[in-house]
Amino acid sequence: MLVALKIKRFDPERKPAAWWSNYKLEAAPGDRVLDLLVRAKDELDGSLTFRRSCAHGICGSDAMRINGTNRLACKTLVRELGSRITVEPLLGMRVEKDLVVDMEPFLASYRSVKPYLINDEPLPADGRERRQSPAERLRFDDTTKCILCGCCTAACPVFWADGEYVGPAAIVQAHRFLFDSRDRGAGEHTAALLDMKGVWRCRTIFQCTLSCPREIKITQAIAEVKQAIVLGK
Amino acid sequence: MTQVHTFDAIIIGAGGAGLMAALHAERGTNVAVISKMYPTRSHTGTAQGGVAAPLGNMEEDRWEWYMYDTVKGGDYLVDQDAAEILARESVDAVLELEHWGLPFDRTEDGRIEQRRFGGHTRDFGKSPVMRSCKSADRTGHMILQTLYQNCIRRGIRFFDEFFVLDLILEDGIARGVAAVEIATGQTHLFLAKAVLLATGGFGRMFAVTSNAHSLSGDLVASVFRRGLPLEDMEFFQFHPTGIYKMGILLSEAARGEGGIMINGLGERFMERYAPTLLDLAPRDIISRSIDQEIRAGRGVDGKDYVYLDIRPETINRCQSAPGGKTVTAAQLEAKLPDIIEMMRVYQGIDPMKAPVPIQPTAHYAMGGIPTDCDGRVLGGSLSPVPGLFAAGECACVSVHGANRLGTNSLVDLLVFGRRSGRAMAEFCAGASPADPVAHAAEEALAELARLQRSRGPERVGALRAAMQHCMTDKVGLNRTAGGMEEALSILRDLKERYRHLGLADAGQKWNTEVLEAYELGCLLDLAEATTASALHRTESRGAHFREDFPKRDDANWLHHTLAFRAGSSGAGPVSEGIRFDRRPVSITTFQPEARVY
Ligand SMILES: Cc1cc2nc3c(=O)[nH]c(=O)nc-3n(C[C@H](O)[C@H](O)[C@H](O)COP(=O)(O)OP(=O)(O)OC[C@H]3O[C@@H](n4cnc5c(N)ncnc54)[C@H](O)[C@@H]3O)c2cc1C
Ligand code: FES
Repeated sequence: MLVALKIKRFDPERKPAAWWSNYKLEAAPGDRVLDLLVRAKDELDGSLTFRRSCAHGICGSDAMRINGTNRLACKTLVRELGSRITVEPLLGMRVEKDLVVDMEPFLASYRSVKPYLINDEPLPADGRERRQSPAERLRFDDTTKCILCGCCTAACPVFWADGEYVGPAAIVQAHRFLFDSRDRGAGEHTAALLDMKGVWRCRTIFQCTLSCPREIKITQAIAEVKQAIVLGK
Repeated sequence: MTQVHTFDAIIIGAGGAGLMAALHAERGTNVAVISKMYPTRSHTGTAQGGVAAPLGNMEEDRWEWYMYDTVKGGDYLVDQDAAEILARESVDAVLELEHWGLPFDRTEDGRIEQRRFGGHTRDFGKSPVMRSCKSADRTGHMILQTLYQNCIRRGIRFFDEFFVLDLILEDGIARGVAAVEIATGQTHLFLAKAVLLATGGFGRMFAVTSNAHSLSGDLVASVFRRGLPLEDMEFFQFHPTGIYKMGILLSEAARGEGGIMINGLGERFMERYAPTLLDLAPRDIISRSIDQEIRAGRGVDGKDYVYLDIRPETINRCQSAPGGKTVTAAQLEAKLPDIIEMMRVYQGIDPMKAPVPIQPTAHYAMGGIPTDCDGRVLGGSLSPVPGLFAAGECACVSVHGANRLGTNSLVDLLVFGRRSGRAMAEFCAGASPADPVAHAAEEALAELARLQRSRGPERVGALRAAMQHCMTDKVGLNRTAGGMEEALSILRDLKERYRHLGLADAGQKWNTEVLEAYELGCLLDLAEATTASALHRTESRGAHFREDFPKRDDANWLHHTLAFRAGSSGAGPVSEGIRFDRRPVSITTFQPEARVY
């Protein structure tokens, strides 16, 4: 099938304002949007710029707006979109060039929840694993899946309105540790979530959940984090 | 103006190997990690099935059995001193990750749950054993996240999205690297007493591969261009179960949980080739069996693929699940969530209801930069290059020999990442501070500038595709002298055309086009080294199969290959031929035997 691929472009070294490129490409229904971007770059315009690596939805490099929703280009097939495909950079993040946005503020929010296991108690004397039951492990399974792609945060209207908001991804990361039975650092993970920029800014709009390519129940995780804070977990 | 930074130790690559080394080198050493991608984008994150360790949580297991499996799996080209370290230290390395927070799956009594994996057996080959520690089919993701989380905790310094072009070697001593900051195009020199290369694989030289777009072996090529040897480049693993045409991996865990493979006639063909381990035989054997089925016209509909079948009714009918237990769709979905989703997304097939088309996919480089058991890179005379270390897939210790067992790459990068981190710290403690260098990577910077200005008729994408098809067709599962000679002449022609590239992007900022061109140059050099090494080895062993020399030949070939670029060094691909030397195999415990499964 012939696909009309429309891509939002921006290159401050060339032009001060953004523009659109239109390409026509022969594609198969099973092609990934990433395959089309690679072909457009290889065959039509070498200056087209985007991040990509794994090409199968695990590394989180190629989050972008595809026909109006945030998705991974390598996990979105032409057959889901039809013959008109529009690709833009994520919203709410500074565009550096074409589809590449500045992820640093997003990653700084991620780091602010101290995203690591905090437990300074002595390790088991036999040097073996800290025990955790299958049920305890399951409790935080959903939020371990996060790949830090940014789809959720960049889909959040609260984040668009106020870039200071830590955003859903950071809260997901806090959840992953708050509900790990081995963790003892609840207060440290939530410290960055308590103020104006934190978890209370969430308006339960569900955009994050709808746009997560890993199908994490983000809105639910945020609600659980709020509850944990209230109950002084 | 080039910006200069000075550290005790720099680590190139933020995958499992680089991060593990950083966490172990950091105490007392001023370390920086440089990566062309944000750390969590590294390909370690895609590893699915698991990481081996004889914890014995499910059934009896011993490190000696694991060592044996590794040696036999590698068709006796494994260095047994290194395999012993791998097998013994795996336990501690896996437990260290648990202590650092890795969310492993758990048994009812709260221990790490384990599963079966190809080639891992109890009692020296008697039957499959549950040795692979895992977190569903997201083990690599969990390892990468856990390691990076701990790097954040320790405040380790990162330079993310910095593309390293070249290693700086002066008088045979590693002095640092030259890099480009991708966002700005600014060049940087990183000077250090010790440099660790942990840049992963280079599977993008093939057309059908499980490897990321970014896996182009840039620093492996750099080492080669600096006149240092590459070891065992002919051994490249083709994983049996790649998604047909796309190459995306469907982990061996699918078969560990009971999945089987069937040909176009509906036969479970592994009964013919590996009567004991069946679908859990090592990868080289299974991939070649698939190829033989296809060549005999027994592919599905006579085409070039077979089926992977993980339907619960199939598994239950064949009693192929661990212990012959009955499985349900819900259990399989819990154990293999990501690969089941991949089959649904990429193939549009529900694997609980229908089998899925698969074909072998280029997966893993057994060969690479030769090192000793502490990550020290070995030079031409097989003596260490002062200050230079390597670990992970880019290195060749060699614990994988001619064929790596599933789960053993993650063990490799944990065990040897850790050892090289410690060895680097020790080296730094005894070395004098990094001096300024006289000739800092001028060649690499000039090559990059040349590429950026180039306005010739050739296109990066077209040359890359030509290389990939050449390698898959002629240097893939089945190799012949004639095919490989043709491949060499195609590759040399592509290198010539590479001199006449034309690039569209003249900018400095985020110029990924010029970096892709540079990566292509690296891949071309490594493709040539791979092909020449494969042509040189006139026997079949592990993943290296020669139709014209179909037998293993221990009398003449029980040694590692060392390939050197003949002639001058430079920063771009050139064709000046390759010369060979050998490195003896360490055989401490297990004498080579016929390899039957
Ligand atoms: C789909 C898949 C599934 C797998 N499953 C398993 C499994 O279940 N068990 C197992 O044991 N193994 C598995 N493997 C193999 C294993 O995952 C890899 O071999 C291993 O993760 C490699 O790790 P690494 O640290 O060496 O490199 P990588 O994780 O690939 O990291 C390479 C790093 O180097 C950096 N880099 C590269 N070039 C440059 C440059 N020029 N400048 C700066 N930085 C650079 C990259 O940015 C990256 O950070 C799997 C592999 C694949 C592809
Ligand atoms: S390229 Fe890795 S998620 Fe798409």
